Amino acid sequence: MSGFQTNNAVIKWIEYRLPIFSYVNDHLVDYPTPKNLNYWWNFGSLAGVMLVVQIVTGIVLAMHYQPHADLAFASTEHIMRDVNYGWLMRYMHANGGSMFFLAVYIHIFRGIYYGSYKAPREILWWMGIIIFILMMATAFMGYVLPWGQMSFWAATVITNLFSAVPIAGEAIVSWMWGGFSVDNPTLNRFYSLHYLLPFMIFAVVFIHLWALHHRKSNNPLGIDIKGPQDTLPFHPYYTAKDLYGMGVFGVLFAFFLFFAPNYLGHPDNYIPADPLVTPAHIVPEWYFLPFYAILRAIPDKLLGVVAMFASILILFVLPWLDTSKVRSASFRPVYKLLFWAFLVDCIVLGYIGGQPVEGVFIVIGRLATALYFLFFLALPLIGWFEKPKKLPESIAKAVLKEDGGGGGTPEGAAARAEDRG
Amino acid sequence: MRGIAILAAAAALFTAQDAFAAGNAEAPKSVDWAHEGLFGTYDRAAAQRGMQVYREVCSGCHGLNYIAFRNLTEIGLTEDQAKVVAAEYTIVDGPNDEGEMFERPGKLSDYFPAPFENEKAARAANSGAMPPDLSLIVKARPGFENYLYSLLTGYGEPPENVELMEGMFYNPYFPGHQIAMGEPLGEDAVEYADGTKATVDQLARDVTSFLAWAAEPTMEARKRMGVKVMLFLIIFSVLLYAVKRKVWADQH
Amino acid sequence: MADNKGGDGHDAGRRDFLYVATSAMGAVGVGAFAWPLIDQMNPSQDVLALSSIEVDLSAVEEGQSITVSWRGKPVFIRHRTAAEIEAARQVALTDLPDPQGDEERAERPEWLVLVGVCTHLGCVPLGLQGQFKGWFCPCHGSHYDTSGRIRIGPAPTNLEVPGYVFLDDENIKIG
Repeated sequence: MSGFQTNNAVIKWIEYRLPIFSYVNDHLVDYPTPKNLNYWWNFGSLAGVMLVVQIVTGIVLAMHYQPHADLAFASTEHIMRDVNYGWLMRYMHANGGSMFFLAVYIHIFRGIYYGSYKAPREILWWMGIIIFILMMATAFMGYVLPWGQMSFWAATVITNLFSAVPIAGEAIVSWMWGGFSVDNPTLNRFYSLHYLLPFMIFAVVFIHLWALHHRKSNNPLGIDIKGPQDTLPFHPYYTAKDLYGMGVFGVLFAFFLFFAPNYLGHPDNYIPADPLVTPAHIVPEWYFLPFYAILRAIPDKLLGVVAMFASILILFVLPWLDTSKVRSASFRPVYKLLFWAFLVDCIVLGYIGGQPVEGVFIVIGRLATALYFLFFLALPLIGWFEKPKKLPESIAKAVLKEDGGGGGTPEGAAARAEDRG
Repeated sequence: MRGIAILAAAAALFTAQDAFAAGNAEAPKSVDWAHEGLFGTYDRAAAQRGMQVYREVCSGCHGLNYIAFRNLTEIGLTEDQAKVVAAEYTIVDGPNDEGEMFERPGKLSDYFPAPFENEKAARAANSGAMPPDLSLIVKARPGFENYLYSLLTGYGEPPENVELMEGMFYNPYFPGHQIAMGEPLGEDAVEYADGTKATVDQLARDVTSFLAWAAEPTMEARKRMGVKVMLFLIIFSVLLYAVKRKVWADQH
Repeated sequence: MADNKGGDGHDAGRRDFLYVATSAMGAVGVGAFAWPLIDQMNPSQDVLALSSIEVDLSAVEEGQSITVSWRGKPVFIRHRTAAEIEAARQVALTDLPDPQGDEERAERPEWLVLVGVCTHLGCVPLGLQGQFKGWFCPCHGSHYDTSGRIRIGPAPTNLEVPGYVFLDDENIKIG
């Protein structure tokens, strides 16, 4: 399959024993990529870059951090004040987490809009969800490590979710804590797992890419690649495009990192953990807020926890809930409407997650939670009655038509417009 | 990139929740600080005066755990001046060869000593309230510098419908409006060496400037690097965009 | 990147310049990011601040030595006897693997200050032992004399004398 050729004897020698050059060539150079990908396809590689940034800065921080309840807070300040460039490493890691989630959320919503989860990409989609779940676990445990007030109470509240499990709940929670409350043993194991999980994410990312490169990328039209005329080699076309995206994303990252490093954090986390006093208003990091809102929307402990986990796990069955054969929302007028409603609903949930549980927020939170699940339940029906628009014959034809200045698909045209700037 | 804008705006919305709602405290007064903005740096003179306020007024009850005397050169003291400040404190060191702790004057590598042995002692001396350490106070309260300034200048008589608990003072900027700390700053509470008139407003501004520095001494380095990195990334992105255009030229 | 594209003549030069400029800028960026990652492992500010210590010598009698900790390493401070000073000063420099006069190693002859780390592979030598009654390193058998100079064994150089100053007759500051 490989188009890799060389006359270099050393490379030939290595290649015969370990086909690394042809592997890189097949997956990063010659890899056939649909020629019509728009900028929303940049966020996968951006998420990958953020994972690497997090691992690199995390390893640095681990060299200076002390995972002990008496020392963790002070060692974090030691990093901020005394370690050379320690403040840079810590702020990069803290804000890098947010940027990682931002990239992944855009990546997920892009997948939902363009039907990237549909056959034959179900396992690719599952791997993505597993990455997302691992990311949430990693982020949560990382947030505990500075051992500030928010760290401590986030750990307390989130671990207490598991006390909702019937019968075994209390035993599970004290097993997680290694004691009768969140304390030093909890901090120690969270540190250990926070170091481990990113490498597991890394491994799942490889499976994700394996599945992707086996069945190739989806594209804004959602139709299959029919031949070489539909694709471009990954390099230089998409390497150039991805690098440009990284530059722009880097500017946004740098803005938060250097000029608003605590904006996405919470002041209470600069107060050392105090097991005797809960802050008046505890909120998770922004990327957890929609799920936090679903948790709080249901006035029953067990059902709230079930709903929150269900809101994530339901993504696993999305490929089968969506019964339409058409992938891209560009050709699905009803689904497209529903998609935007779903996105807005998620943002509303996020807003509610940051508000106190009182008055009108309760009502909105419950409505938004209901709508969240309704989106998934409505999908089978839509696939049944929706009349999709006519699909283009091939990617190449759609691209040519639109370059000719006429017709084209509306979404394809929009993507091109963005392409130009 | 409209999606990024939407999501960034959404993120902003989530975090900018009204954190004051919980304790129904009044929104703090808005003050212009020299260290705000992309290029803002700490006002050295104000921070030095603020250090005097901290030492003469606050340090009786509040610690400054994370600040070492060597750090004082960052707000414009010379090394010799910082040594003088350090030597004015008594540091418990040891154990010595007899196994006993001993006292000695402070050195540059020492940290501001804590006013109380431990939290219990602090509470016992303050009718149950714990005076927080001030190293991070500016970053640890919603409203930041403005909150601290407002709190320090915001004491007053309670409205008629408010009944103060024993030993508490009225301050509308404090969550719950009742604070265990009595009004700390009074006219001429300290005598400034540089002749600045020590009004309550001046004292509050100065000590807030000092504590803002104490909370984030690396801020100036961060902003300096930030400006360079942003410029670099913007130019680099423009170049990358040009490269992308060139590469894609035969496809358009 | 350029070789993957069919050059079409007139603007190939400008394109190459663009690629070179962008690559160069990328390389600068990677280099600039690498430095903080490296520098973070250097001693931090609080560690550097502790790099000098003051020691009270008043209790150290002639013939005694004390060991203090400086930068995480042992420092031997020996109050030498007249005989030890004499022994150290009589040695001909030509007999030494690492020639250095005792006068250069001790600002005041009665006080010898040494970093107590064998210059071979970093073990801590034992005092008043070995063939020269100076120090003896048990790890690989290096013998040092009463001036802390290497005489026999695998160590390449004399025991290091740290920078120190006498604050007064009874106090020195090391570092």
